[in-house]
Amino acid sequence: MRRIMVGVKRVVDYNVRVRVKPDNTGVITEGVKMSINPFDEIALEQALRIKEQGLADEVLAVSIGPSDTQQQLRTALAMGADRAILVQTEVAMAPLSIARIFQKIAEAEQPFLTLLGKQAIDEDNGQTAQMLAALLDRPQATSCSKVDIADGKATVTREVDSGLETLEVDLPAVLSVDLRLNEPRYVKLPDIMKAKKKPLDIKTIADYGVTEAATFKTVKVDPPPSRQKGIMVKDVAELVGVLKQKGLV
Amino acid sequence: MSKILIVAEHDGAKLNASTAKSVTCAAKIAGATIDIAVLAADAAAIAAEAAALAGVSKVIVVENPANKEPLAAILAPQIAKLAAGYTHVFGPSTTFGKDIMPRVAALLGVSQVSDIMAVEGSHTFKRPIYAGNAILTVEAPAGAVVVATVRVASFEAAGAGGSAAVENVDPGVALPSHTRFVSRSGASTGRPDLQSAAKVVSGGRALGSAENFKLIYSLADKLGAAVGASRAAVDAGYVPNDLQVGQTGKIIAPQVYFAIGISGAIQHMTGIKDARTIVAINKDGEAPIFESADVGLVGDLFTIVPELEKALG
Repeated sequence: MRRIMVGVKRVVDYNVRVRVKPDNTGVITEGVKMSINPFDEIALEQALRIKEQGLADEVLAVSIGPSDTQQQLRTALAMGADRAILVQTEVAMAPLSIARIFQKIAEAEQPFLTLLGKQAIDEDNGQTAQMLAALLDRPQATSCSKVDIADGKATVTREVDSGLETLEVDLPAVLSVDLRLNEPRYVKLPDIMKAKKKPLDIKTIADYGVTEAATFKTVKVDPPPSRQKGIMVKDVAELVGVLKQKGLV
Repeated sequence: MSKILIVAEHDGAKLNASTAKSVTCAAKIAGATIDIAVLAADAAAIAAEAAALAGVSKVIVVENPANKEPLAAILAPQIAKLAAGYTHVFGPSTTFGKDIMPRVAALLGVSQVSDIMAVEGSHTFKRPIYAGNAILTVEAPAGAVVVATVRVASFEAAGAGGSAAVENVDPGVALPSHTRFVSRSGASTGRPDLQSAAKVVSGGRALGSAENFKLIYSLADKLGAAVGASRAAVDAGYVPNDLQVGQTGKIIAPQVYFAIGISGAIQHMTGIKDARTIVAINKDGEAPIFESADVGLVGDLFTIVPELEKALG
């Protein structure tokens, strides 16, 4: 079975304006729209396209999170994933613990390719793919904007600060995906109905021998310092005047 | 007593400014000893630059043809080996450090502190979460090595004047052959580097085409500025990806940032939070960019930008 594993994280939706809790212990997530991390949606889309090209037989979506994460996995199944695993935990997990659970699942499922988002838009850690690759002692390529699979290898283009970098990695490999890799498909109503019948296994972190929760202590969460409201100018002459006064031109 | 190893970023010939900024971050930890690791194929010139940074005690050089390109699978096991005896291992939060450092952290059995924006103590740091809409103060466990990336826009570059010892080391680890470098296409534009420029002119979707983006390049050249872009402009194909400023692009801290035809999505604003002065030009007076701009001008960029360029003489 040629299998692709995809990581799916439940996060506060991209369009929500996030607010810090008044007691500074975190951000407000109650009553807020939750979605699949946008980068993970791109990873899933890529997996589906590879399968549609006849280069894979099965797409497995995996998530680690609270029981409500079933909603996001059902969406992943509706998009086209064949089955899903939810490793259910109510505690926040550190990136290394997440990577260790993915490692155990990869060892059992033997995917030839693992696709993850390059970061989750909640904690912006950007660690899981690289850590998983290290734990499995496999190649990694982060921030991929192009992925070609052929002859037991992946040729990937990465978005880097200086432009674009192309690597060739032997499979199995772990790739993290960037925004410009593809545009994820919309879910159609009949697919949502079909997804209800697809297998979604629920596991616990203990099933994977991982017990630790977060190893980092959250001291506090603050809102960012706000910028002072600026001035409006009426024309270019006034703008140039202000810039000259500030010594900027 | 903190002993900090900084992983140098370079292009094979010269040290990247992100390294000097990481040194400044490390120096915020009271009483820290700071060493720099240079992994390269030909390290002499890079090591000399690193040794000249103020506050650096020692430069550790690993010279190996395999280190010619910055491949995480190759570099991470060497860095993990070098990390023995250090309390902290820092790298820059650039695409180089973001790729390599989590792999180092996993090999050392710890999670990483991503994007340090302020140092509160030897194990306590501030970092942005939710695209910078919240600032997390996080404490790493005292008993374990701290692996972290440094948000370079938050720190000035360390000055020169150092004279650190340079030491060649062979970490003696077997390197994998499963990852191979193929090519790199990068624009050497002759313009200032976006990441470190004092002035940046950025264009957004409102430019409408790659052709029209010439207006942005022309104004930038007049000002001696780097060119940036919003995600929308990059997605539309007006400019290459390396010009993207924002949560998933570059985080920059110029003296002045011109946002032209950019609406100001949260994800874009994350990239310019540390800009000293933000100038916004947009035809929509209600655009969110005006909430954060220091100077705003409502109007048509296609008349304003040429007029501005002319007015600058």
